[in-house]
Amino acid sequence: MTNPQMVMYEEEFNQIQAIVVRLVKEANARVVFVIDKNGQEIAKAGETDQLDTTSLASLTAGNIAATGGMAKLLRENEFTTQFHEGERANIHIQIVGNRVILVVIFDSKTSLGLVRLRVKKASEELNQIFEALLRKVQDPNRETPFAEITDDDIDNLFND
Amino acid sequence: MSFINVLSREINCKIVYYGPGLCGKTTNLQYIYNKTNPDAKGKMISLATETERTLFFDFLPLALGEIRGFKTRFHLYTVPGQVFYDASRKLILKGVDGVVFVADSQIARTEANLESLENLRTNLAEQSYSLDKLPYVIQYNKRDMPSVAPVEELRELLNPNRVPEFEAIASTGVGVFETLKAVAKLVLTEVKRQAG
Repeated sequence: MTNPQMVMYEEEFNQIQAIVVRLVKEANARVVFVIDKNGQEIAKAGETDQLDTTSLASLTAGNIAATGGMAKLLRENEFTTQFHEGERANIHIQIVGNRVILVVIFDSKTSLGLVRLRVKKASEELNQIFEALLRKVQDPNRETPFAEITDDDIDNLFND
Repeated sequence: MSFINVLSREINCKIVYYGPGLCGKTTNLQYIYNKTNPDAKGKMISLATETERTLFFDFLPLALGEIRGFKTRFHLYTVPGQVFYDASRKLILKGVDGVVFVADSQIARTEANLESLENLRTNLAEQSYSLDKLPYVIQYNKRDMPSVAPVEELRELLNPNRVPEFEAIASTGVGVFETLKAVAKLVLTEVKRQAG
């Protein structure tokens, strides 16, 4: 079954979170978040309190999947960047290393140029972290956080 | 592809409801949404046409409780059932951890069920998945309709491998949570198997 698990460890999570927090500041953005291509949220920073980031993550992943489908029809590998301009909010979406998606939500306090510049640097750093993480996850001797769970534990969750 | 966050002790999985047009995939999700405690669910998103046919997908994030301190979170998706939305269906299957095939029990929909199941197999195979290896359950929906096929007949046609199967009337909730629990359990068992 080619369905590998993605495991996020504390060390890599902290590295990713630091980049996301810095990107909010350096790009003068409202919100930055990182999700995987299936729409699972990995990290977020900025004014996220009033935002349904779970829904946004799922829709962003759907959007990237649809755009990827369009790219294939045009014999492109992928469209790596998307930009949506609204009246008050804008969204910049960047695929990082063909694996995860970096989303920046910003308003008129900053500019698309600055966002692009900062996203480029952050993407390169994130890509390195995810490459290292992937090697770690694929290592047969890695920690297996879910392995301690028994079949009885799973049964108990559904016995009510 | 399940996603385990060691730091927050969360496991996230993706379940896709598949089946022919108007078989009740969205109705399953709507019932789950309506009957779930607000703390355990997020917003349900439906990307639908003006006539309320699913255009791209429905999405419902759901928490099903904790296992030894691991929060289990499931992202439920439906696909658009109409035949011409095949490109979208393929996209939604990406990274799937478990599948519910919702069959329409009405005799008139026999052909549509078979076609959709074949389409599911084809679309999974394109991504190197196999329905025979994936956590997978079948729901025979619309049992309250006149002229439904007997379950034995549906089983013979749609469930040769005898995966867990459930009779349902999704509009009133019959069989909806039984189906969800069965697939969620299979998914977690598979995650555990891969981890161990």
